[in-house]
Amino acid sequence: MSKTTRDVPKYQQLGLTSSEYEAIGRTLGREPEDVELAIYSLMWSEHCGYKHSRSTLKKLPTTKDYVLQGPGENAGVIDIGEGKAIAIKIESHNHPSAVEPFQGAATGVGGIVRDIFAMGARPLASLNSLRFGDPTKPRQKYLFEGVVSGIGSYGNCLGVPTVAGEVYFEDSYEGNCLVNAMTIGILPKSRLITAKAKGISNLVVLMGSKTGRDGIGGASVLASQEFDETLQEKRPSVQVGDPFTEKLLIEACLELLDKNLLAALGDLGAAGITSSASEMASRGGVGIDIDVSKVPLREPGMSPSEIMISESQERMLAVVEPKMLSEVEAVCNKWGIPATVIGKITETSKMDVYDGKEKVGSMPVISLTDEAPIYDIEPKMPEYIKEVQKMGDVPTFPEDMNATLLKMIGSPNLCSRGWIWRQYDHQVQTNTVVLPGSDSAVLRLKGTKKGLALTVDGNGRYCYLDPFMGTQIAVAEAARNIVATGATPMAVTDCLNFGNPEKSGISWQFRKAIDGMAQACRHFDIPVVSGNVSFYNESFGKAIYPTPTVGMIGLLDDVEKRTTTPFKDAGDLILLIGQMATVDGQSDEEIFSLLGGSEYLKTIHKRIEGLPPELDLDLESRSQDLCLEAIKNGILSSAHDISDGGLVVALLESCLYGDIGAKTELAVEEESFVRIVVELFNEAQSRFIVSLKEKDLGEFGEISKEVGADFMVIGKVGGDRLIINDKIDVSIKEMKKPWEEAIDSLVE
Amino acid sequence: MKAGVVIFPGSNCETDTYDALNYLGFNTEYIWHRDSSLHKVDLVVLPGGFSYGDYLRCGAVARFSEIMEEISRFADSGGLVIGICNGFQILLEAGLLPGAMLHNKSLKFICQTVNLRVENNTLPFTNQCGAGEILRIPINHYEGNYFIDDEGLKELEDNSQVVLRYVDENGEATVGAAPNGALANIAGLTNKSGNVFGLMPHPERAVEEILGSVDGAKLFLSAKISKEAVS
Repeated sequence: MSKTTRDVPKYQQLGLTSSEYEAIGRTLGREPEDVELAIYSLMWSEHCGYKHSRSTLKKLPTTKDYVLQGPGENAGVIDIGEGKAIAIKIESHNHPSAVEPFQGAATGVGGIVRDIFAMGARPLASLNSLRFGDPTKPRQKYLFEGVVSGIGSYGNCLGVPTVAGEVYFEDSYEGNCLVNAMTIGILPKSRLITAKAKGISNLVVLMGSKTGRDGIGGASVLASQEFDETLQEKRPSVQVGDPFTEKLLIEACLELLDKNLLAALGDLGAAGITSSASEMASRGGVGIDIDVSKVPLREPGMSPSEIMISESQERMLAVVEPKMLSEVEAVCNKWGIPATVIGKITETSKMDVYDGKEKVGSMPVISLTDEAPIYDIEPKMPEYIKEVQKMGDVPTFPEDMNATLLKMIGSPNLCSRGWIWRQYDHQVQTNTVVLPGSDSAVLRLKGTKKGLALTVDGNGRYCYLDPFMGTQIAVAEAARNIVATGATPMAVTDCLNFGNPEKSGISWQFRKAIDGMAQACRHFDIPVVSGNVSFYNESFGKAIYPTPTVGMIGLLDDVEKRTTTPFKDAGDLILLIGQMATVDGQSDEEIFSLLGGSEYLKTIHKRIEGLPPELDLDLESRSQDLCLEAIKNGILSSAHDISDGGLVVALLESCLYGDIGAKTELAVEEESFVRIVVELFNEAQSRFIVSLKEKDLGEFGEISKEVGADFMVIGKVGGDRLIINDKIDVSIKEMKKPWEEAIDSLVE
Repeated sequence: MKAGVVIFPGSNCETDTYDALNYLGFNTEYIWHRDSSLHKVDLVVLPGGFSYGDYLRCGAVARFSEIMEEISRFADSGGLVIGICNGFQILLEAGLLPGAMLHNKSLKFICQTVNLRVENNTLPFTNQCGAGEILRIPINHYEGNYFIDDEGLKELEDNSQVVLRYVDENGEATVGAAPNGALANIAGLTNKSGNVFGLMPHPERAVEEILGSVDGAKLFLSAKISKEAVS
């Protein structure tokens, strides 16, 4: 360690403040024992205790008639009809991945999958949202390759397809990459179980891997502190994944639930037995006894504290009625999964820790959970905001628009993600009917006509410039991606990645982001059913871009009506749903300001400034309604939302995925070069590029009148080139190679 | 026709395979790795996945499962056996098929749909395919880089044991067409007597239009039709 441990009091080494230490003494009425101190340090860490976010998160809408389980459990659960329900959750594994990318990302997948089957759901699909620094730098390449390979190795082995995701490269993530893993699962409603301990004298059964010294202090030392020069010393806090054991654990747990043998089930994640046992007891309003001498160990000589807080992976905690125990053991034995009674449910309202006969700790359960400290840091708008929101002078735009487009489409943030997808099994379980590469993945639901659409979206750069607007846009874009496949948005799971919450500027970013998310979710009437907060994403005092990522699920009543990104047939009309960004009579400065926060401004002019695009929630709803109704009426050949890179990138993507060209004419005064550049590359919201048969234009027009949305016909599908006015004329075949091979050439 | 899908600890395509076979009209059941009987099935399918986590070496542990003795006897007596992906790897480890699998030459996992050329359409697994027909079926593996010594390869080719080869969009077995680097672009092969078939692609992922291809169905249906013709 960098400091001599002798000089620092024990509680401080464990990450507690002196006032928190005093509060523990007041709760217990005495000095805490070693085990107790270790337990409080974890349960009162930011990671477990949500002490800087709990009060703000209350603003989010979380209920709707089909929500069976909102935030506060291992995962959210929604009812999708026909007796089926879906569990959904996203979680960060940023710090472990920044220290050890392969295992950090792999165990991130393992953890989120456990959250899903802890609800009684069979894991159905995973997604991920990733952020790294400049991918041309060796360490960033190492992190990127390691994370992708870690996600693949764990998910592929489990047989859970990784069906969608997003990745962005920005300098702000250089010292602190982001790895957000999301999983959904399906369950018969009757199998829903919670991690709520019940039944005095019921047994507490630990299932799965043996307990070792891996991941000691993961939640406190690793997840709840900033990074500095001691980063590599934190490597022992990263756990090691064993997907084979997890696969067996899934099968064993689902069989136990099918046979109705469990009273409660929870997974062991951050802070291991400690958090799982105390949270289960807290939810059930009961006490719990744990005997650490019963816990099967991987290595000798572990102290009671170490056993209580170890984050060894692939373990679950169940509450079992004594008469069911032998049947539970039989099922676990069939799957080769050790199951050991390590305690019982009591009426003491305390978590009592025993080492054999000796009591080594005794704490009121509620003091570990609901009574963890809450901090409300006074928010203050950070200094940087005013600076970066100012738009600088109008630059000289490069004349050759074809070359600009080529540069954009081959840039790390816009190029094809094929290099990543090929490393993920995205088809196992044979449900994936829209593969990676469209706006959302679509899964069919076997035995029904229905389908599920899945996406995860976030734009850290927008949120850096304006966290309120940036977060609203993340929600709107996720919904747009769901709608573009023909699905109705149903629920959100959010992963909130921010810097050190003890700083007033971060507190301001966080509150603004939550305000934006709350308002957008209320407007679209989409509940937030689960999520995760990740603070302390800083290295050497410098915070990442505030990065709330929005995972969203949508439902298609008829999966045969699903629509995808690629243009399909020559002769189809191309329509822009929404409006052009510029209007007549604007000054060049006004027009240029529409490029604020855009991929174009960053990639071509190396400028990160201005305000993100405006979002009018009513306009957004109308555009989405038009797209969705047209798909439901079966008249769209393709649909693609306009986001990063603007209109021209959306058009080109529909061409590239479809291996077909397009000729379009935008109604823009030709003499204003600024205006045409801005129309092509600005990222104005609430817009889609769709295509349809000419005969269906009338019907489309009718729908647009009904929902009050704007659209314009801008061209036709066909040929092998993308042509826009006299500004863009590129061969699809020639654009394909740089777009497809950009990541390969970056990393290899 | 009765088919059995074997479940090893870590198998993860057993349900997909079971669903595909039932969809194609087989009467399908699962066979647990500790079972001592094959439930009188006419076709045994070893599904894909990561049996025993692929720890040690793909298929190296599963080959010692109790059920494998029965499967060997069944194969020796002419019973039809298909090993898909990890199932293929198990058949190689068990010595029911010749050769071995190396890591993909890219040292990366590969999940994508490939073009496969049917090299022998007289087998009970390919009789519904045309000679030289191109099938579009997904692959999904980290160890699919097939290898065998020169002598073994000659024997495979002389006996027409190579069933499927990776080919490019023009149907040519070019070096680049095998994404995993497999020797002679071999994607699937049989034993000498033609009743044990191993393949790296996943035909169960290509049996319904909604999944993007129905080419995989031809392989299963061939087995069904050849069995029905016999009985």
